[in-house]
Amino acid sequence: MALADHLPSSRVTRARRLHVWLACAVGVVGLFSLTVGATDVSLGPALLKLAKGEALTRMEAIVLWDIRAPRLVLGLLVGAALAVGGAVMQGLFRNPLADPGLVGVSAGAGLGAISAIVLAALAPAWLALAVGDQLVPVAAFFGGWASTLLLYRVSTRRGRTSVATMLLAGIALGALAGALSGILVYISDDRQLRDLTFWGLGSLGGASWAKVVAAGPIILISVLVACTLGRGLNGLALGEATAAHIGLNVQWVKNLAILTVAAATGAAVAVSGGIGFIGIVVPHLLRLGSGPDHRPLLINAALLGALLLVLAEVIARVIIAPAELPIGIVTAVLGAPVFLWILLRQRGMVDL
Amino acid sequence: MMHRRAFVGLALAFTIPRNVLWAATGARDVIAIGGDVTEIVYALGQGHRLLARDATSTYPAEARSLPDVGYIRRLSAEGVLSFAPSLIVSAEGAGPPEVIDILRAADVQFAEVPEGYDIDAIVQKIKSVGAALDVPDKAETLARDTRTAMDAVLARTAQSNPSPKRVMFILSTQGGRILASGTGTGADGIIGMAGGINAISEFEGYKPLSDEAVGAAAPDIILMMDRSGDHSATDDELFGLPALSVTPAAQNRDVVRMDGLFLLGFGPRTADAVAALNRALYPA
Repeated sequence: MALADHLPSSRVTRARRLHVWLACAVGVVGLFSLTVGATDVSLGPALLKLAKGEALTRMEAIVLWDIRAPRLVLGLLVGAALAVGGAVMQGLFRNPLADPGLVGVSAGAGLGAISAIVLAALAPAWLALAVGDQLVPVAAFFGGWASTLLLYRVSTRRGRTSVATMLLAGIALGALAGALSGILVYISDDRQLRDLTFWGLGSLGGASWAKVVAAGPIILISVLVACTLGRGLNGLALGEATAAHIGLNVQWVKNLAILTVAAATGAAVAVSGGIGFIGIVVPHLLRLGSGPDHRPLLINAALLGALLLVLAEVIARVIIAPAELPIGIVTAVLGAPVFLWILLRQRGMVDL
Repeated sequence: MMHRRAFVGLALAFTIPRNVLWAATGARDVIAIGGDVTEIVYALGQGHRLLARDATSTYPAEARSLPDVGYIRRLSAEGVLSFAPSLIVSAEGAGPPEVIDILRAADVQFAEVPEGYDIDAIVQKIKSVGAALDVPDKAETLARDTRTAMDAVLARTAQSNPSPKRVMFILSTQGGRILASGTGTGADGIIGMAGGINAISEFEGYKPLSDEAVGAAAPDIILMMDRSGDHSATDDELFGLPALSVTPAAQNRDVVRMDGLFLLGFGPRTADAVAALNRALYPA
């Protein structure tokens, strides 16, 4: 703790205060997301009805409980997972461009999803029976995990993980996964091709309580564990040797970082498809605003990621209602210009 | 949304006679998904029962003025429910599955119309839509008329040409790469019906062709969809492609462009489409 206690305290206090603000904002946006949608159903009148002891109509119950609520919960979880994953990876690789994709999750999950979409007809009967409609998310999750574990094995020698090897091997593995995906794209028909494109743009359109139950605990536990890595990542910022000298178990931090990020983003990508931008931008926004100390940063990243994703999700489903935009389009179209603007405004002050 | 509700309410208030008419033939409570399905709904005289349609439903013109619920595989549960439909008539493969589950839970009936690229498939489509809309007699009549028209046009196209032309259906020429139809597609079906031969029989579905394969396929005529965006290419651009320039089609500058839904919809208009394509292939 001695290390952190000497950091400039005003920024740390500001970051701590940000926890409260962001948590409040998440609450507001969450309520908002339950209130608006393509139907006239709204949260307020429904709660009033419940308070008066009246029963909800079938429509109200389905829209609020089966459609909006699971989307909200998944949005919060996925947003937090992607943002924390990005912050941890940037800390681990000491590189501002790092995102969860670097540990192979995205490439592996993408390959898994594409295989499931294109080769679903070839899947053995017992598998189809076991996972039913959920072959794509299941395949994406295991694809993401398999590629992370492979990458981890490749870059770990005698109990020591080389971050540089992991970076380079990750690029090679990503290219390989891309090529395999390309083969599958080639043999796919036009409808599968459309499914693939849409998968890559991400959506919470298929949110259900079953998905919340399946992915929720994995994401929640790994995000909570990742949020405890702040001190370790602060140490790693000094370089691995120095970190070891100040009494940090460097290998333990690496293991925990890689495994939690793989689990959180793997599960997130499995339920929502590919949603870009959140993982790379949220941590940077927070660093610009409240400094690089990872202990408050990780918690703030979880909150801001959840906030932005739920906001993007609301926009995605109301802007062209009754149809729905893929959420990845919304995060990038709205987020990228804002990020650029902030970056340019602050150019004089920061050195990424 | 509130505005639109108010607007619809206002519009309804001014069309009471039609409203009464709806009551006679069934309530306005149906969403049609799929261009061919929507076409059949209108052909059965049930267009007034439609609340909304999907992005591919562009014919007849009335259908375009209906609200669009998006792409068939990416329906939004709440978007669909906002119309409070009691029936969705959909082409094969509506999704995602979670959304379909929610719609079923909300007491929305779901009728899936099978796909196919021959006469029996068209007849089956019409009967399925008719059964879903509870107008089996009208469907029977339309199915009979359609079969008669198809039989008549096929009898003509089968005998009209001693040496059938080789037709290559090109979906797009994006970046100079030719994406053409193999077997097992709607394009393959309609080319056969119109008395042509699909120049590509080596693979199934739509695939990019190598330049040499285009030359080897030696199409006499190029068939394309007539629409804007990346699918359209001028004749000069098209035959300027090195791959195509060596084909007989390029030498005669023979290219036919037809509306995508008309050509590949496989619905009540397909007899006309076959006749039109046949005329284009073998001008008298």
